[in-house]
Amino acid sequence: MTPLLEIEGLKTHFPTANGVVKAVDGVDVTLSKGEILGLVGESGSGKSITGFSIMGLVEPPGEIVEGSVRFKGEELVGAPRERLRMLRGDRIAMIFQDPMMTLNPVLSIATQMIETVQAHRNTPRRQARKQAREALARVGIPSPDERLDGYPHEFSGGMRQRVAIAIALLHEPDLIIADEPTTALDVTIQSQILAQVQKLCADTETGLIWITHDLGVVAGLAHRIAVMYAGRIVEHGPADALLDDPRHPYTQGLIGCVPAANRRGEPLDRIPGTAPAPLNRPEGCAFRPRCTRASRTCETEPHQTRDGLRGWHCFHPVAGEVPA
Amino acid sequence: MTAFIIRRALQAVVVLFLTALIVFLGVYAIGDPLEILLPGDATEAERAQVAASLGLDQPLPVQFIGFLTDILSGDFGRSFVYNRPTIDVIFERFPATLELVVTALVLSLLIGIPLGLWAGMKPRSAVDETIMTGSILGFSLPNFWQGMMLIMIFSVWLGWLPSTGRGDTATVLSIRTSFATWDGFTHLILPAINLALAQIALVIRLTRTGVQETTPLDFVRFARARGLTERRILLVHVMKNILIPIVTVLGIEFGSLIAFAVVTETIFAWPGIGKLIIDSINALDRPVIVTYILFIVTMFIVINLLVDILYSLIDPRIRVRQP
Ligand SMILES: Nc1ncnc2c1ncn2[C@@H]1O[C@H](COP(=O)(O)OP(=O)(O)OP(=O)(O)O)[C@@H](O)[C@H]1O
Ligand code: SF4
Ligand SMILES: [Mg+2]
Repeated sequence: MTPLLEIEGLKTHFPTANGVVKAVDGVDVTLSKGEILGLVGESGSGKSITGFSIMGLVEPPGEIVEGSVRFKGEELVGAPRERLRMLRGDRIAMIFQDPMMTLNPVLSIATQMIETVQAHRNTPRRQARKQAREALARVGIPSPDERLDGYPHEFSGGMRQRVAIAIALLHEPDLIIADEPTTALDVTIQSQILAQVQKLCADTETGLIWITHDLGVVAGLAHRIAVMYAGRIVEHGPADALLDDPRHPYTQGLIGCVPAANRRGEPLDRIPGTAPAPLNRPEGCAFRPRCTRASRTCETEPHQTRDGLRGWHCFHPVAGEVPA
Repeated sequence: MTAFIIRRALQAVVVLFLTALIVFLGVYAIGDPLEILLPGDATEAERAQVAASLGLDQPLPVQFIGFLTDILSGDFGRSFVYNRPTIDVIFERFPATLELVVTALVLSLLIGIPLGLWAGMKPRSAVDETIMTGSILGFSLPNFWQGMMLIMIFSVWLGWLPSTGRGDTATVLSIRTSFATWDGFTHLILPAINLALAQIALVIRLTRTGVQETTPLDFVRFARARGLTERRILLVHVMKNILIPIVTVLGIEFGSLIAFAVVTETIFAWPGIGKLIIDSINALDRPVIVTYILFIVTMFIVINLLVDILYSLIDPRIRVRQP
């Protein structure tokens, strides 16, 4: 069976005045139907650009320079713009980080939902409105019929994000890319939304890529996790295996950043140093300047080591050591 | 909404009162109307008599109250030149100006918005550079010179369009308009274009800046992620956000255009209130000048109110809610 999504050797670069920013620099990801993938990494590691690349939404001067994105077997890199438009919002939906900014402030919720329905189907207005109302109800918005005629500024941040999710769900897509959709919200709302999205995706067997910089958020949500660093996936695998037994020193460092119940009060381990500037990445393994295990070997590019369902890019993996 | 309108009406009353005061002091108290009304060789007795009949022998505050009561009872005085109520003279001329200004504004929107959208979508392209250079020209050409060039080219050399006057008008729905006849329409073209050129340049700039500020916003990206067509994103999502500054600026411009259509009306001998005020100043026709100023101020107040209402229709964030 063809997987839902196969990304191979994806490179998305931005030419700038100071050089080429390699925002995404060789990413491989596979996702099957109904699967939830957590895409984790620090700020600037290229998570959002990976998402936009899948959607065909990379803004010029940025472009996909290499690699392929296959969605249900169909190649999306270089696909006609109209074909990509038809997939967007219909088969592949995206939810953005800042709910304050994702809805047009001067158009009513009804207008924005109905136009999304009608962008993909010849649904009569009345029918489209009904669909919109049901979608709002599904994400737990009280009195959806009234709220439909409201404007974004009349909704709280959490409610706006629910509206965005409702919009993403309108056409029951096969794949949702959620780019840190809960980061801007407070913790209780965050967990409500998390649980809700998880349930909705399970109900409809929707594949989900949940982008976050917080490993803790995806720990209980994702089936699989991919850890991104400086434009590449440095480690990926089933969530449990990756969290219990990380192989890449960076993954291990990230796990140290997650507050665990039994370690309350203790300071979090932080990964020393900062992510390399995108125009000034070190040769070989990009994590080298921050890595305690680094050696001369690491000055060359580490290739992937595979082990069953998991894989990592490291010369000196943290084999079998359970983090304290 | 009601509270909003009442508040605005009260503001308007204050503004009009202050305007009346300034106009009164400026035109009535500083100059001496007797100089104009009486022949140079009038005797002291004649002067005193006329002064008394006009109330000019009263103390200033009393005169002002008299002036206000006249205005409030709808009596703005009679024109010295036309010997008719000033308000009639102004309302007779106003439609011609209004027609000119509205045509110019419509032209500036019809031409300015598409060009601005085009330039804004392709920043720094050849199209953008050309349009922007053109708009700088539109801004910087002196209005009277530009008007004379239009006459030179289209009336004198090409002989396509008439250069002066309003031409034939006809009455449609009880409005006398040049649009109703072909002759009137051809007379309207040149002066309207002359008035519109700077406005077109302004609308181009506003639209272009608006597009460039709006397209990088997240909601545009989200609109793309929802699968909307580029056409709908530009014409509905971006456009509706851009309309806010355009409406504001054009609202202000509308008033100014009416008040300062003077140059265009003079060049093209357009029989509007701009030409009327120039003629009245030359003839020292004070009642007309006073009425004109009060009329223009009232018009500005009304336009501002309309702009605010339009505004709230476009932008739900400032929509005034029913209590
Ligand atoms: N338009 C652009 N021009 C140049 N560089 C860009 C552009 N957009 C993104 N980048 C660069 O690409 C890199 C990856 O950006 P991306 O937004 O994918 O990071 P991210 O992992 O989503 O981070 P965050 O957690 O902050 O959202 C960053 O270094 C960023 O500076
Ligand atoms: S390859 Fe070397 S530098 Fe990179 S993570 Fe592994 S040990 Fe560290
Ligand atoms: Mg991001």
